Amino acid sequence: MLRDITIGQYFPKDSLLHRLDPRVKIVLTLCYIIMLFAASNPIGLIIGIVFLAVAYGVSGIPAAMILKSLKPVTPVIIFTAALNMFFIAGDPIWSFWKIQITVQGLWTAVVMSIRILCLIAGTSLLTYTTSPIALTDGIEQLLDPLKRFHLPVHELAMMMTIALRFIPTLIEETDKIIAAQKARGADMESGGLIQRAKALIPILIPLFVSAFRRADELALAMECRCYRGGEGRTRMRRLKIQGRDIICCIITGFCIAAVIVVNLMAPHLIPM
Amino acid sequence: MGKEIIEAQNVVFGYPLEGGRKSPVLRDVSLSVAEGSFIAVLGHNGSGKSTFAKHFNGILTPDSGTVTVCGIDTAQEDRLYDIRRQAGMVFQNPDNQIVATIVEEDVAFGPENLGLLPDEIRRRVDKALTAVGMAEYMHHAPHQLSGGQKQRVAIAGVIAMTPRCIILDEPTAMLDPQGRREVMEAIKKLNQEQGITIILITHYMEEAAQADRVVVMNDGRILLDGTPREVFSHVQELKDVGLDVPQATELCWRLRQEGCNLPEGILTEEECAQALAQLLEVGPHACH
Repeated sequence: MLRDITIGQYFPKDSLLHRLDPRVKIVLTLCYIIMLFAASNPIGLIIGIVFLAVAYGVSGIPAAMILKSLKPVTPVIIFTAALNMFFIAGDPIWSFWKIQITVQGLWTAVVMSIRILCLIAGTSLLTYTTSPIALTDGIEQLLDPLKRFHLPVHELAMMMTIALRFIPTLIEETDKIIAAQKARGADMESGGLIQRAKALIPILIPLFVSAFRRADELALAMECRCYRGGEGRTRMRRLKIQGRDIICCIITGFCIAAVIVVNLMAPHLIPM
Repeated sequence: MGKEIIEAQNVVFGYPLEGGRKSPVLRDVSLSVAEGSFIAVLGHNGSGKSTFAKHFNGILTPDSGTVTVCGIDTAQEDRLYDIRRQAGMVFQNPDNQIVATIVEEDVAFGPENLGLLPDEIRRRVDKALTAVGMAEYMHHAPHQLSGGQKQRVAIAGVIAMTPRCIILDEPTAMLDPQGRREVMEAIKKLNQEQGITIILITHYMEEAAQADRVVVMNDGRILLDGTPREVFSHVQELKDVGLDVPQATELCWRLRQEGCNLPEGILTEEECAQALAQLLEVGPHACH
């Protein structure tokens, strides 16, 4: 059952987006977020939506995956939309007792909802198309300049890799411990919330003990393989910026420029 | 000499106990290992064999006596890195020695630590994975592999650093018979084809019988040392310290005790079958 778990949300495929340099993908995702928040009129937002739709189209990620990623944030969107709708002052279009909806409020609610939806869908696209290792590699290299400020960049990346590596191992172990405790008569399924939480203790303690023992052995094995931290270490896989990366950067840059131009040229489209 | 890759002289070692005393584990052990040989170190639990193995790449250093690996004294802490480049170590639990989330990345871990160029790392990774027969699993995640496969990945991770010597500390103890066979075949191949010195710590007699030389440890001392044939002819001594001999050896030994005329030093099933067939040809009076 645990043999086929996938770590993270990676959706393996061989599309242009999958083959992009992870560093470029991370930077472009950040740019896209900035673009979304810079877009304040309808045309700008449409550019944002079209950009995302094209990206999903190119990646070959099924549309159902977009909905899956948006599902957990629905309450947040409804809450934000409601707040904006009812509490922004302006020209009322509908009022009842003390509650009133204004044109400005309604507009802000729509804009904010679209921004959040695009933001989540956009960042999910990054994790859908980039494997956790590539993501870690990308983050490590992007943060590389921060080494000058004594930020342990390599160590952080190594920790992430090891965490990813041991997630399946520890899940498997948890399963074994649960089975072992059940065989000894432990009751996991009945009782109230507190009782169930208490039933977790005999699982967590052996799990922690074993995790520490594993960490100890792993450290020894790493030392035996000449690990001395990031110093003097090279990597087998080199990240290289290629033609496709540059083209994607240009397209994104063009979209951001378009959003800014639209903002400046057509401010009258925004209800004030 | 010059041909000895590991030289242990009068090694004494104890793990510290409370109150500053030490529990003696190794009491005056000396051993020299010739380059290119395949040595099995046998012993039951608590005989000190694993502790001894940990001296071979500087994880532990002796309380008294010396251990020299490729001419470097393991007591020189600043040379540990050079020692570990030459003497790789494979541990019992394959899960706890794989670092990366993809097989090829894990094999690359050692060479990356050595600071090699990317192309050279790639070449070594491919070669190491081919040597242990795991090349087709290059892009798999470790948790998708069986125990024997994981242990072979761990061995590939060590040979990618091109060591002259590999120490394996009970590498098959957690594996099923199929996994044990796979690992043993990989080890033998490395020894024969690449001339890498192998030191195999084990408590399986059948595995030890495949080595060139067997060292039996008991209670922190070396009890027997010789070719498998020599060592396993000391059936009574091995039994006295709680060790078994290979099944074929045991059968012949028992028959000989019953008065059958069988040669000493039989190790494999085939040898045993041949000897028994010869015995049967002689007729019913062969045993008395």
